[in-house]
Amino acid sequence: MSEETKALESMIGEEYKYGFTTDVEYEDFPKGISEDIIRELSSIKEEPEWMLEFRLKSYRAWLEMEEPEWFNATYTKPDFENLLYYSAPKKRPSLDSLDDVDPNIRETYEKLGIPLEEQKMLAGVAIDAVFDSVSVFTSFKEKLAEAGVIFCSISEAIKEHPELVKKYMGSVIPARDNFYAALNSAVFSDGSFCYIPKNTACPMELSTYFRINNMESGQFERTLIIAEEGASVSYLEGCTAPMYDENQLHAAVVELIALDHADIKYSTIQNWYSGDENGKGGIYNFVTKRGICKGDHSKISWTQLETGSAVTLKYPSVILQGDHSIGEFYSVAVTTKKQQADTGTKMIHLGKNTRSTIISKGISAGESNNSYRGEVRIGKKATGSKNYSVCDSMLIGQSCGAHTFPYISSENASSSVEHEATTSRVGEEQIFYLMQRGISEQDAISMIINGFVKDVLKELPLEFAVEANKLLDIKLEGSVG
Amino acid sequence: MLEIRNLHAVVEGEELEILKGVNLTVNKGEIHAIMGPNGSGKSTLSKVVSGHPEYEVTEGTILFEGEDITEMDADERAHLGLFLAFQYPVEVPGITNKTLLREAYNTIARANEREELDPLEFEDYLVSKLEIIEMKDEFLNRSINTGFSGGEKKKNEIFQMAVLNPRLSFLDETDSGLDIDALKLVSDGVNKIASPENAIVMITHYQRLLNYIKPDFVHVMLDGKIVKSGDISLAVELEANGYDQMQKELA
Repeated sequence: MSEETKALESMIGEEYKYGFTTDVEYEDFPKGISEDIIRELSSIKEEPEWMLEFRLKSYRAWLEMEEPEWFNATYTKPDFENLLYYSAPKKRPSLDSLDDVDPNIRETYEKLGIPLEEQKMLAGVAIDAVFDSVSVFTSFKEKLAEAGVIFCSISEAIKEHPELVKKYMGSVIPARDNFYAALNSAVFSDGSFCYIPKNTACPMELSTYFRINNMESGQFERTLIIAEEGASVSYLEGCTAPMYDENQLHAAVVELIALDHADIKYSTIQNWYSGDENGKGGIYNFVTKRGICKGDHSKISWTQLETGSAVTLKYPSVILQGDHSIGEFYSVAVTTKKQQADTGTKMIHLGKNTRSTIISKGISAGESNNSYRGEVRIGKKATGSKNYSVCDSMLIGQSCGAHTFPYISSENASSSVEHEATTSRVGEEQIFYLMQRGISEQDAISMIINGFVKDVLKELPLEFAVEANKLLDIKLEGSVG
Repeated sequence: MLEIRNLHAVVEGEELEILKGVNLTVNKGEIHAIMGPNGSGKSTLSKVVSGHPEYEVTEGTILFEGEDITEMDADERAHLGLFLAFQYPVEVPGITNKTLLREAYNTIARANEREELDPLEFEDYLVSKLEIIEMKDEFLNRSINTGFSGGEKKKNEIFQMAVLNPRLSFLDETDSGLDIDALKLVSDGVNKIASPENAIVMITHYQRLLNYIKPDFVHVMLDGKIVKSGDISLAVELEANGYDQMQKELA
């Protein structure tokens, strides 16, 4: 191994900053999953009968399903009987005021750089903080309510806005969609709910910050975002977890619904603990995310920066049902050490003159494995539709892998699909070129990586682009990127 | 300025010597040309002098301004004022020429305790250098060498040289792949940059470059060594008789 590669490799070994644990008293369920556990979960959350029915139906469906194995990753399957399906910090009064939040938990978010006090927050960003299984705080609720925007935990929405939840939950991702979606539909504990009324531009960025703290709990969050006709919203989620030797399961379901002329932009900065250099510990991030452009001229855009997790299986997708609707997917997936990521998107064109763009950038270092898997399907009736996909991989060092699995089908002649893919190695030549101009090795690597991902990061909301750049630098410091 | 003594080098991890005892002295204000056939080691020499990590020096020393730089990292050599115009300039997508040059300029300034330029000052400075190579300013905002034609890449190297204002520049086959107009433009640029305060070493196959940039010294490199040195007449002789003839004479 050359000096350069070694330097790159060592850069990857940067410590995970968010690996601390918070000492909180928990209200846990017994481990394992059963109809009784689900009933208890539903009752502790004071859910209406229809919600319990939804859960039980999903659970029964899940029991009949097989855990999938088609992806390009190997890991020990989670032991579903040994998981905690509900784990909430004990002191949990009604969360009308920040003073009601456990000081330890508040401190946790402070440490993570997400103060929950509104005056300390990024201007113009409302936050829903989810700690293990429950939402601990949602900020700026009142201000948003003035605009008619509903932003609250999904548990609250089930109670306060049952008609909306009933109508849309499971409408994009039915419980039977896949193994993990079925499990989530049975046991989801919390998550965020956003509703943007007709012709309203949401006055601030909405964001949810997910934190897994409890070692034995799975996190099953459920997010539902509805943009009515002519509405627009930008939403961001961030994720971290402490370092444990055991793997933890995070199986979320996110559904987006955009009606006529609505516009939803969904961004993710995922930095779950990724395990140590021997591949011990880390989060299993098995997430189903899908949006539907239900209305004509609607638009859904997914942007993701995936740097964490031991194993990631995730394909944020868009169903382009409305005519002239637009789907976008911008992704940077970084894997180091022994991380495995199998991620990509699906763009399903059903309406006429629909457009989709996919820009995927994979960076692999260490002994990691990074796969892009994407499907573009253009239906018979989706005449005049277009897709453009670019899928670039960058390798750092000699022991990592990058793979691309595109699936393309078009059933009409008036549509076009374009796919480009490249693989490059952060070459010694590139590093040497920049160093010859006087730039240090670290800065050279950082420049090369930032150049590589620029097309994607510029899609992130401005407030988070800086954070994303920093995260990349830390992650790849000593490794590359 | 530059003194290379008995320099031997191999590709890291391999045994085969590529440089087999090179000696070369370059003084301030001089222009040198190193000529030689493919595989004679002339490009390797420029890479070894500028600190390419692929090569390992097994014997000998490189002195720059009296300082031993044989083991120095490439960026430190650049801080001392060493520049290499690449034979194959590297593409770095997503980073503009301007960003690279400002970063490079200021890093070198910092290392030499000179004042850095802020973005506005740097913009003015950059624009003032564009005319040296008749470059359009839209060039500055393009990603480094990405999608450039062969000729544009070579021009870009000379432009970077003008901006960074090095003490010693190695031009590694800067003339290859240039049509006659571009060759003239690039040569004019190099002549404008050349001064009594700096020095230039050109590496080339062909004598035609030397019609435009007049060297004070011409060296012939064969099989990892400089075998003959002289003035421009040596280049003329080579052009007429070829390297084979010279090899035979020397044998």
